[in-house]
Amino acid sequence: MAEVKFNVNGKSQTVNVSLAMPLLWVLRDTLGLTGTKFGCGMALCGACTVHLNGQAIRSCITPISSVAGKNITTIEGLSPDSTHAVQRAWIENDVPQCGYCQSGQIMAAASLLAKKTRPTDADIDEVMKGNLCRCGTYQSIRRAIHRASEILTASNGTARQGGVA
Amino acid sequence: MIGVRKVNRRNFLKTGVASAAGLTLTFALPERLAAQTPATVAKLNGYVHIGSNDAITFVLTKSEMGQGPLTSLSQILAEELECDWKKIRTEIAGVDPKLYGPLQGTFGSLSVRTSWKPLRAAGASAREMLVEAAARKWAVDKSQCRAENGVVLNTGTNERLTYGSLAEAAAKLPVPPTPATKDPKQFRYVGKSLKRLDTPLKVNGTAVFGIDAKVPGMLYAVVAKCPVFGGKVASFDATKAKAVPGVKQVVQISSGVAVVADNTWNAMEGRRALEVQWDEGPVAKWSSPGIRQMFADLAATPGAVARKVGDAGAALTSAPKKIEAVYEAPYLSHAPMEPMNCTAHVHANGCDIWAPTQIQTAARATAANITGLPPEKVEIHTLFLGGGFGRRGGTDFIADAVECSKALGAPVKLTWSREDDMQHDMYRPASYTTFSGALDADGWPVAFTSRIACPSFAGLNNGVDRAAVEGIADLVYDIPNVQVEYHVADPGIPTTYWRSVGYSQNTFFTEGFIDELAHSAGKDPLEFRRHMLQKKESARALAVLELAAEKAGWGKPLPAGRARGISLVNNIGSFNAQVAEVSLEKGKPKVHRVVCAVDCGQVVNPAILEQQIQSGIVYGLSAALKGAITIDRGRVEQANFNQYDPLRMDEMPVVEVHVVENHLDPGGIGEASTPTSAPAIANALFALTGKRVRKLPIRAEDLA
Repeated sequence: MAEVKFNVNGKSQTVNVSLAMPLLWVLRDTLGLTGTKFGCGMALCGACTVHLNGQAIRSCITPISSVAGKNITTIEGLSPDSTHAVQRAWIENDVPQCGYCQSGQIMAAASLLAKKTRPTDADIDEVMKGNLCRCGTYQSIRRAIHRASEILTASNGTARQGGVA
Repeated sequence: MIGVRKVNRRNFLKTGVASAAGLTLTFALPERLAAQTPATVAKLNGYVHIGSNDAITFVLTKSEMGQGPLTSLSQILAEELECDWKKIRTEIAGVDPKLYGPLQGTFGSLSVRTSWKPLRAAGASAREMLVEAAARKWAVDKSQCRAENGVVLNTGTNERLTYGSLAEAAAKLPVPPTPATKDPKQFRYVGKSLKRLDTPLKVNGTAVFGIDAKVPGMLYAVVAKCPVFGGKVASFDATKAKAVPGVKQVVQISSGVAVVADNTWNAMEGRRALEVQWDEGPVAKWSSPGIRQMFADLAATPGAVARKVGDAGAALTSAPKKIEAVYEAPYLSHAPMEPMNCTAHVHANGCDIWAPTQIQTAARATAANITGLPPEKVEIHTLFLGGGFGRRGGTDFIADAVECSKALGAPVKLTWSREDDMQHDMYRPASYTTFSGALDADGWPVAFTSRIACPSFAGLNNGVDRAAVEGIADLVYDIPNVQVEYHVADPGIPTTYWRSVGYSQNTFFTEGFIDELAHSAGKDPLEFRRHMLQKKESARALAVLELAAEKAGWGKPLPAGRARGISLVNNIGSFNAQVAEVSLEKGKPKVHRVVCAVDCGQVVNPAILEQQIQSGIVYGLSAALKGAITIDRGRVEQANFNQYDPLRMDEMPVVEVHVVENHLDPGGIGEASTPTSAPAIANALFALTGKRVRKLPIRAEDLA
């Protein structure tokens, strides 16, 4: 057990946990941020995807010790009001079915678009194949990522909207 | 924004029938009126509650696991109630056999099918009561009043009264025995692709799934279970487990040894340190090769007759051409994205269960049995389900949590790891099935026989488990001589319903074998099937087959290295045909496109229908191309998604869905499209390579 200080969704947090405890369980059980999901515990399914200093990571295999002093963004902090381009595109396309994997899908897609505003289908395959969906929403996810790309491109052309990371 | 709110039911429901105690889950969209709790709520029936502030609460008795009942059942109620869609909110029902019948659950693609008539009646009777209340208030004949968009209009005076202002009076009126439902031509919600009501909650982390339940003072548990099915704890040493920081208790329960801690991770760490000796029991003698041999031996002998038409034996003997084949399918795990979990609190006044369950009455009965409480003292709070696919009809995870809470005297959240989930599932049964077919001199089928060796889980009737033989015994094709036999083949691996049940393997078998007969006769697989679908009762099956073929461009040229295959099923009251377009990439099958035609009668929400058809296809493709659970000395060999890997984004074909529109009573959609994917692919691969795949999953070596 030790104290670890880090930022979650712009807020400083100090937790006193086992240093090996994965970030996933700190988020879910210690901080009560249950939007990030447990799927496999081995970085195989992507349900636990969050951003560490803006990069998509699998929180289920990320020990809390490695997060000290860093900035974590979870689905709860992606935007204050579901207006991130990816969230808007997900809502427009009614992407989720059961929805359990969707926090991870959205965080992975947001990270992809932050690096590459106009991803090709091959780019989408390469990144998103790490995120499983047993409901099979892949076709909707692909469509929504292209739509989010349009939203981002349009907002980049004018003033950047709040919440569009 | 308001996402999911927990409200005290006793305060929430101030009028109407006295409600059960405890917490219940309600939610509504932020822009909706429901953000404010109404001052009073009148219950017009078990499904429609109306607040004095005009908030309309629909009570959802079906589990939302992605298949969309939250939205589609609301559409049915809103349609007949004539209410404003923007004012609806949802309450998830507790168990109430008086209101919702003795079996409250979500399975068999039945949500719309079984709710269609009762919910239309519930909406219509509530509307008639509101109209009656308005007529009395105005002292006019009710024929002068009309309900529309949440108000009753006095057509003589143009006065209006909102539903909220009428609800309390309406709730006191007698319930009309035969309320008038609408003509489908007047539908304004049913048949429309309204946005899913749960989407906003599922894009920002506010949707509360079973695994997200939070109860004050809650502890966290995981359970070490015997790796061999049916095995028991011989002894255990908790010393090392208890030395793990955060571990509070180690306690034996029926299914194994529970490690209880202050968070999930510490409980998992405690379990890693726990030492258990198992008494493995008799299932330890079984491994997959021996199971297969046992099935094959059974299939070599006559079984219980599941279907007999004409004299198939005689027809096979006398026909000019006879074809035989053996088809096989493995055990499969459901592997929903949310592993099994349950939060239970056994307390002085009863027991509360927060769970992602598909069968609320079974969950309640399980908790009542364990606690000794009368069932009405057990409250089931159903949260969102992170997938179900049949798995969450089980009560094993409910029992684990209730036993832990009972032992600790505290609320306990039980979580299964992915490994627990995959290795302690109740599986889609494996099957070994033989076929014989005979063709007449013109190449048309005159006999079809099959012998199925497959575990039974749905009960036997004259030696036959319907769930094991469906998809073969109810052959859609008109063949004059048919005999289907069944053997219970059970090594003790637990099995249960898996999306589309027996059709999930049997449609692959039947549609593959029918394809074999077509090729053997030198006939086009579409023409061959058409020929056997000429009777009047086959019209809907024929129509979807032809629609899928037409939309896929059946018979039209394809680029070199590609081929098409076709398949058909009639299950869950619906009809589904698929044409798959495949190629080989480095020797491995690649599915490029799946064209699917569906007739499920009246469609409630076309967008949800399309989602479900796509979803079922992905589930079917995962099984066709990748899925197998194998057994080694009574243990499941696969533990996580690296060994049991579902379809991923880069493997996803383009899926097109085409719907036959009609106003017949609704069929199911959740399981409609799963059965036809594997045979469409296998049949396409035969057209491409000349290699007939008779065993799932399809492997590159079977095509070389």
